[in-house]
Amino acid sequence: MPGSLAQRAWEVLESIPDPEIPVVSIRELGILREINEDGGQLEIVITPTYSGCPAMAQIEDDVRAALAANGLPARIVTRLAPAWSTDWITPGAKEKLRRFGIAPPHTLPSANVVQFARRAARDTDAVRCPHCGSDNTTETSHFSSTACKALYKCLACREPFDYFKPY
Amino acid sequence: MQAGAVAPADYLLHLADNALVLGQRNAEWCGHGPALEEDMALANISLDLIGQARLLYQHAAALMGEGTTEDTLAYFREAGQFRNYTLLELPHHGPLAGTAAAERDYATTIVRNFLYSALMLLLWEALQRSADIQLAAIAGKSVKETRYHFRHARDWLVRLGDGTDESHARTQAALDHLMPYTQEFWSVSPAEAEAVAAGAGVDARAWRQAWDELVNDALVEATLQRPKDGGHVPRGKQGLHSEHLGYVLGEMQSLARQHPGASW
Repeated sequence: MPGSLAQRAWEVLESIPDPEIPVVSIRELGILREINEDGGQLEIVITPTYSGCPAMAQIEDDVRAALAANGLPARIVTRLAPAWSTDWITPGAKEKLRRFGIAPPHTLPSANVVQFARRAARDTDAVRCPHCGSDNTTETSHFSSTACKALYKCLACREPFDYFKPY
Repeated sequence: MQAGAVAPADYLLHLADNALVLGQRNAEWCGHGPALEEDMALANISLDLIGQARLLYQHAAALMGEGTTEDTLAYFREAGQFRNYTLLELPHHGPLAGTAAAERDYATTIVRNFLYSALMLLLWEALQRSADIQLAAIAGKSVKETRYHFRHARDWLVRLGDGTDESHARTQAALDHLMPYTQEFWSVSPAEAEAVAAGAGVDARAWRQAWDELVNDALVEATLQRPKDGGHVPRGKQGLHSEHLGYVLGEMQSLARQHPGASW
């Protein structure tokens, strides 16, 4: 439906950057879920990343402001299920993260919680350094500048870097 | 389970208060962590917990109506109205006589996070199948976050337990102090019984063996001795708290009470 309200809303909203990681958009991260149009009324569906992500209020404000600036009144709905996953981040956005210096997330392991817990301290998959490409890296801390990232260092080029944890 | 059921508000408050009180407690380390990385880890874990609490309070407030909001639930209830496990309100140190305050002890922090996250890993996993679809949705997010909380706590439990003589002794002392409080996990409150009957809650007793396995496996690796079960069974989730909760709330609620309705 070219020129429809929903189409116009997608055009307005899809380039809104993530407030924390502005090299990727909220659409590429999978935060902007749906745009529905019913009888001339727009409904924008967004989903939070982490429960406590402080960027969510900013994202909703950014969406509201962009719509208002383009004369598109809409209702913004926050939907929790299905829970956001790093598997929803597009391949293109993962490459943008890497170029920004953040190692992109591995695919979410399918192990159930008990299996996950058993090998909790031994995450075996190597995280590749976003700077030099080496797999010779080590985890410094499970949590980094934000809850969604872990802190790593590269043993080849000696640079520290963030790793976007699978969620 | 019955489709379309909603969990009793008291059950949602139990889950929410657990997350808020532990989130507030762990946030005491902000700016005081034993290492910069741990300072950030604890602050991030608190952020997750407080985020989970907010989602649960919002859900409970919608059910309770009459002007209830997430803020009235967090900031304008008294200690006796909180439904958290007693374990989660205790200070970051062992038992002391009188009103003496002590230095925060990281072993106490880690042991508590370990015991609680092991439980919530199992309960959130099960609550994803709650008949209360909003609670199931919150569980679906929380379980993802709890995986990393458990991983952090278990990793440090092993490092401290199987560490130096000093770190081992302090971790064993923290375990001896805190383990008896976990008995509250396996008692059933009226709110829990009601939630289970509605298909909206889970009976934690069904997960006790799985919890024991998670805990015992890590304790062996950490070279720690599990204390014997027994003793007083706390009843924080029924509103009967230790003397410590009032101090936690006093600090947490004072700003909101001095400036009701303020926003910034």
